[in-house]
Amino acid sequence: MTETPKIRIRDLHKTFGPKVVLDGLDLDVMPGESVVIIGGSGTGKSVTLKCTLGLMEPDSGTIEVDGESVVGLNARERERVNHKFSMLFQSAALFDSLPVWENVAFGPIADKTVTRKQGKDLAIEKLAQVGMPAEVADLFPSELSGGMQKRVGLARAIAGDPEIIFFDEPTTGLDPIMADVINDLIVKVTRELGSTGLSITHDMASARKIADRIAMLYQGKIIWQGPADSIDDCDNEYVQQFINGRADGPIEMAVRK
Amino acid sequence: MNILQHIGHYVLKFFRTVGRLVLFTLTAVSHCVRPPFYPRAILRQMLEIGYFSLPVVGLTTIFAGMVLALQSYTGFSRFSAEGAIANVVIISITRELGPVLAGLMVTGRIGASMAAELGTMRVTEQVDALTTLSTNPFKYLVAPRLIAGVLMLPLLVFIGDIIGVLGGYLVAVYQLNFNPSNYIQSSWEAMETMDVLSGLVKATVFGFIISLMGCYHGYSSKGGAQGVGKATTDSVVSASILILCFNFILTVLFFEK
Repeated sequence: MTETPKIRIRDLHKTFGPKVVLDGLDLDVMPGESVVIIGGSGTGKSVTLKCTLGLMEPDSGTIEVDGESVVGLNARERERVNHKFSMLFQSAALFDSLPVWENVAFGPIADKTVTRKQGKDLAIEKLAQVGMPAEVADLFPSELSGGMQKRVGLARAIAGDPEIIFFDEPTTGLDPIMADVINDLIVKVTRELGSTGLSITHDMASARKIADRIAMLYQGKIIWQGPADSIDDCDNEYVQQFINGRADGPIEMAVRK
Repeated sequence: MNILQHIGHYVLKFFRTVGRLVLFTLTAVSHCVRPPFYPRAILRQMLEIGYFSLPVVGLTTIFAGMVLALQSYTGFSRFSAEGAIANVVIISITRELGPVLAGLMVTGRIGASMAAELGTMRVTEQVDALTTLSTNPFKYLVAPRLIAGVLMLPLLVFIGDIIGVLGGYLVAVYQLNFNPSNYIQSSWEAMETMDVLSGLVKATVFGFIISLMGCYHGYSSKGGAQGVGKATTDSVVSASILILCFNFILTVLFFEK
């Protein structure tokens, strides 16, 4: 008997006016697996995540989470399904009117699974898991550096012990050392929680580090997917151009020459 | 053909905007009356809209009352009708100037800040982050602002009415040498429950309009800093126009014989 994928996406289409962003995307993410979608800017990586989270409605296609279709759910059903998810945003997206600890414990406090007092203890524990001291808890996001904000974002993402975590460009805007710290933390916390991970990035160092499997998105479709350690040996010329960062190749940038 | 195309384009755009606003209003109102509620968020907004707007509203209405007394004296003294000043001040302040001036001042102070805050949250993905934390943004961001606006504006206007009438009293007694007890008695006799009540009903409607416009424009903003700036301007302009428009409609409903 085959295992049900944690996330199953079939024939997903999404257009914005005349621009076709997703053009029949198929993807499976198995329980406990970490899949990284790579691809250039504007190829629909973020749109895929947003459609899965219900932040956008696809034009057609199906998305299943644990075998349950999640396209077109009403607000209440969506809230129920979203309890399985959490997300680390590219910009961290911390609530700047709340101190760090309230940001981290926001989900559990809103769900009433913890009181505010317990929420602060939980936040300090989760901050420790991402290597941040307890003193940070009372600061506001605007008082933190970009790398620290990312770590707080990660602490928030794991605070509710989610089954699935999405990582949207987790290392963008960070220096190489901090990027590697974040990659290590992502691997550590997802292993500790046993969560399923779906990440999008165009940082190949990050993809190699956090992925079990890599999928390449190009022109709205997955054009290649395979184990992370086999990507360098694949014979797909689009993938080779992308991972080696070459300007010349089959992928043409919309740049006027 | 070209002109017809333009007209058609703007007509469609107008109806799209109206449709979006109506849907937004219905969704927002439905979330105001359905649990879960966020009492801390409501209290914070009540403090922001009510308490912190008090100095602005107080200053506006006291000067309005003072100018009103001074100008009516100039006009009425030509017909030896100075005795009607108390009458004019109390009717003008409670029926019109109190609610309209408070509404416009709170629009500038609160409507703009709501649009800027929600707009910034929208463009920095904080609104999306709320959804991923299983929190409905309408419930957490919009409903508390609407509830606080509807509750606090009448209270502000009631206090503004008292301060405005006091402004008229100060000018009448200390500058125009009216007898204090006669002035107070005239004011008291001129005051009708309906005048005060109509002003408070207007204030409730204005509070709803200010919060709704601030939330709608902020929530729908896009395109970075420029989009947030546009949302702020649009919220102030649309709320101001709607306040003046609804002031006329409510005045007709209350006082047309």
